[in-house]
Amino acid sequence: MTVKEIVEILEGTIVYGEDFLDREVHTACGSDMMSDVLAYVKEQAVLLTGLVNPQVVRTAEMMDMKCIVFVRGKSPDIGMINLAEDRDIVLIKTDLEMFTSCGRLYAKGLRGGSGK
Amino acid sequence: MEEVKLHYDVNAYDFICAGEASGKLKRSLKDLGFDATLIRKVAIAVYEAEINMVIHAEGGVIDATITPEDITVVLADKGPGIPDIELAMKEGYSTAPENVRSLGFGAGMGLPNIKKYTDEMDIETEIGVGTTITLKIYNK
Ligand SMILES: Nc1ncnc2c1ncn2[C@@H]1O[C@H](COP(=O)(O)OP(=O)(O)OP(=O)(O)O)[C@@H](O)[C@H]1O
Ligand SMILES: [Mg+2]
Repeated sequence: MTVKEIVEILEGTIVYGEDFLDREVHTACGSDMMSDVLAYVKEQAVLLTGLVNPQVVRTAEMMDMKCIVFVRGKSPDIGMINLAEDRDIVLIKTDLEMFTSCGRLYAKGLRGGSGK
Repeated sequence: MEEVKLHYDVNAYDFICAGEASGKLKRSLKDLGFDATLIRKVAIAVYEAEINMVIHAEGGVIDATITPEDITVVLADKGPGIPDIELAMKEGYSTAPENVRSLGFGAGMGLPNIKKYTDEMDIETEIGVGTTITLKIYNK
């Protein structure tokens, strides 16, 4: 799946990263607790979260994640956008809730960190 | 590659900048040419410990020693100390208050995560004096 497809599937918008729409992603993780995200060292490309603060971007940075999806209509602030730009991470927002967002992406083939 | 030593200061109560030191260390390791999975392990372990220094203690200092064989990181704070290390190491144990949880931390997974990603982990702590965590990750 590409970042562009994620935007379409979630009826979302790109907050940062228009130039990286072709990025390929295969795995994802959805959580509002950052240590839960950090518990899997395996490559995970996408982070879905309802949390909005700079540590979300930093967590994605430590995990080498390519893309963050903010669910439930949450918007990252300018500080987070600057951080994401510097760390080369795409930011997407959607009005869909967490459950629906994860469900739609899973149905289209995106998988969890364990590959299941 | 010769031995490389790096030093970072972690500010007290600065939740915005917390993680800056871990990010810098991560980029330095990348520049030195280490393997991506190894770098991720170091970054996650040091980030968890750095966040702990900000949310549970009053900031502190981080010293990293990098050699071709291994990476050693010492994180020292002057916080309240940890009364029961065995309990603190348990998955799910956290004393984080509600405001810290609303920031996405306080799952009680940080120290277990650090243990998981490091080859050696040592905690020295004294109540009212502070905590020093030493981590070592081998470059296999
Ligand atoms: N540097 C420290 N100084 C004082 N207490 C600490 C320190 N690091 C950890 N602790 C104590 O150990 C507990 C467990 O830490 P751990 O990192 O595993 O979980 P957490 O920080 O509460 O939540 P999480 O890491 O999942 O966000 C903390 O809640 C805190 O009571
Ligand atoms: Mg922690």
